[in-house]
Amino acid sequence: MLKKLAANRLSRTTYFCLGALALVLLPWIVGTSGGNYWVRVLDFALLYIVLALGLNVVVGFAGLLDLGYIAFYALGAYSYALLASPHLPQHFETIAAAFPQGIHFSPWMVAVFAIILAALFGIILGLPTLQLRGDYLAIVTLGFGEIIRIFMNNLDRPFNLTNGPKGITAIDPIQMFGFSFTKPLDLGFTQIPGLYLVFYLFLGLAIAVTIVCLHLQNSRIGRAWVAIREDEIAAKAMGINTRNMKLLAFAIGASFAGVAGVLFSAFQGFVSPESFTLWESIVVLAMVVLGGIGHIPGVILGAIVLAVFPEILRGVAEPVQKVLFGHVIVDVEVIRQLIYGLALILIMLYRPGGIWQKGEGR
Amino acid sequence: MSTHLLLDVTDVSKCFGGVQALDAVGLQVPQGSIVGLIGPNGAGKTTFFNVITGLYPADSGIFLFDSHAYFPESVSEVTKSGLARTFQNIRLFGEMSVVENVMVGCHCRSNAGLLGAIFRFPSTKREEKSIREKSHALLAYVGLSDYAEMQARNLSYGHQRRLEIARALATEPKLLALDEPAAGMNATEKLELRELLLRIRADGKTILLIEHDVSLVMGICDSLTVLDYGKVIAAGKPADVRIHPEVIRAYLGQGAV
Repeated sequence: MLKKLAANRLSRTTYFCLGALALVLLPWIVGTSGGNYWVRVLDFALLYIVLALGLNVVVGFAGLLDLGYIAFYALGAYSYALLASPHLPQHFETIAAAFPQGIHFSPWMVAVFAIILAALFGIILGLPTLQLRGDYLAIVTLGFGEIIRIFMNNLDRPFNLTNGPKGITAIDPIQMFGFSFTKPLDLGFTQIPGLYLVFYLFLGLAIAVTIVCLHLQNSRIGRAWVAIREDEIAAKAMGINTRNMKLLAFAIGASFAGVAGVLFSAFQGFVSPESFTLWESIVVLAMVVLGGIGHIPGVILGAIVLAVFPEILRGVAEPVQKVLFGHVIVDVEVIRQLIYGLALILIMLYRPGGIWQKGEGR
Repeated sequence: MSTHLLLDVTDVSKCFGGVQALDAVGLQVPQGSIVGLIGPNGAGKTTFFNVITGLYPADSGIFLFDSHAYFPESVSEVTKSGLARTFQNIRLFGEMSVVENVMVGCHCRSNAGLLGAIFRFPSTKREEKSIREKSHALLAYVGLSDYAEMQARNLSYGHQRRLEIARALATEPKLLALDEPAAGMNATEKLELRELLLRIRADGKTILLIEHDVSLVMGICDSLTVLDYGKVIAAGKPADVRIHPEVIRAYLGQGAV
């Protein structure tokens, strides 16, 4: 018995080491076989994992349907874009005078700021919607998401804060200890390309967020959220302050998106309102629902599948059509949306709990 | 003999539109007793429960709990002050396991915050451990130990009712208010429930009970209050209430008196 237990533990450690090794090697394998494009896809997949896990706190744990989630991502992205690009000094003389060297806040400082800002906006969204559930809440949050996007789209007049639909360019790249992630890191015997470094950084963030989510789930607060989702009146009767707990869920979910937004704009070097449309909110929600709502491994799987799959489709659909018909008949974007819709319908019909739902091979 | 009144409410009124659901209802629950609240369907029993626990705001009334005046506005605050309840139509957290349901009940007697949840300080771990132990002990108390890891929604009806009681006990109430705990139970389950309620009282808790099952009520209650059309029509010892002409009229009709 004891021997068996020891063997079990050993194999768990082995699995863990193998998994870690695979993750470390992943960008190298993908990079050499598919090129930098696919490493970028992986980088974005990791950001989507963070987003999906954040939305899962709101939708999966607390059961509050949020269709404007991408707004918090936008807040994070624009925070960094404004605090680490020549945009503000160019358009405001007082700022130019105050920062003669230009504004170059570190992404880490801005990340802390974005966490607070996004959490604050999460609470601002939560307060008026405390009494709403389901469809009604979805409509209000959808409106909130659109309001933020429209603000970003139109705040180039009367004073140019966001540069409107043209977006903000020349955003500082990610830096750590004075080292920029755009250049490869020279280790002497080998070089690590910047894209790979970004992968490791985002991987670290995704792992940290996953651990936070797992800890939250198995805590007094996580239980209170699920209780509210299952039966709000009974939750109140257990002495749970449902108002504060709901606001907390909104704030936590929003803060994850805030951090992801900062890293997104630093990685991309450019932000515009186009990146924060309703469609993006729906994609993140689809990741949560498709993967396994409320189930952290499922949500991660959903995020990876929906982030990587369209890129595979992009690579496959056009050449296949060319071979079969001689030219492209259906646009890849159309096929993607078709398959998205179909996949969601099928999941809802046959596996309403998601691909990888709770209680299955944890 | 003067006993300490744990719950003492007087003159509670509540209107729904034109319907006077509660009309100057008063109820006293002495410490350590089992008090029954009975009445025909639609008499206002559950409304009364919802009002004293803060689910519905009262139009008027004087509320004293454990000698402190309170005005029931927030359900969670009422629970924190020591008045826990169960529901007529069972309200469990179906997706959670049985033991997790009870653990939720410990919410208002524990205080791990956000940082504690994320960073798992030693104090948080200790608290989690004690919550889990306490919950398992409560499950053993109501006889559900074997089902601890089962999903609550898969429990049988009688067991769901017991789980609701365990969950309410986890909030460490002074007064346990049960809304028709025997509804839908078979004879054996009712007998077990009766035993459980007597045990809870023996352990120093006070119970307020809404119940339809006359034999159960007559058997275990120390006193009864009868509601009809939102009014108290009789109150007193079960034996006296039983032969009260108003009660007989309310239950059996005018001609039966």
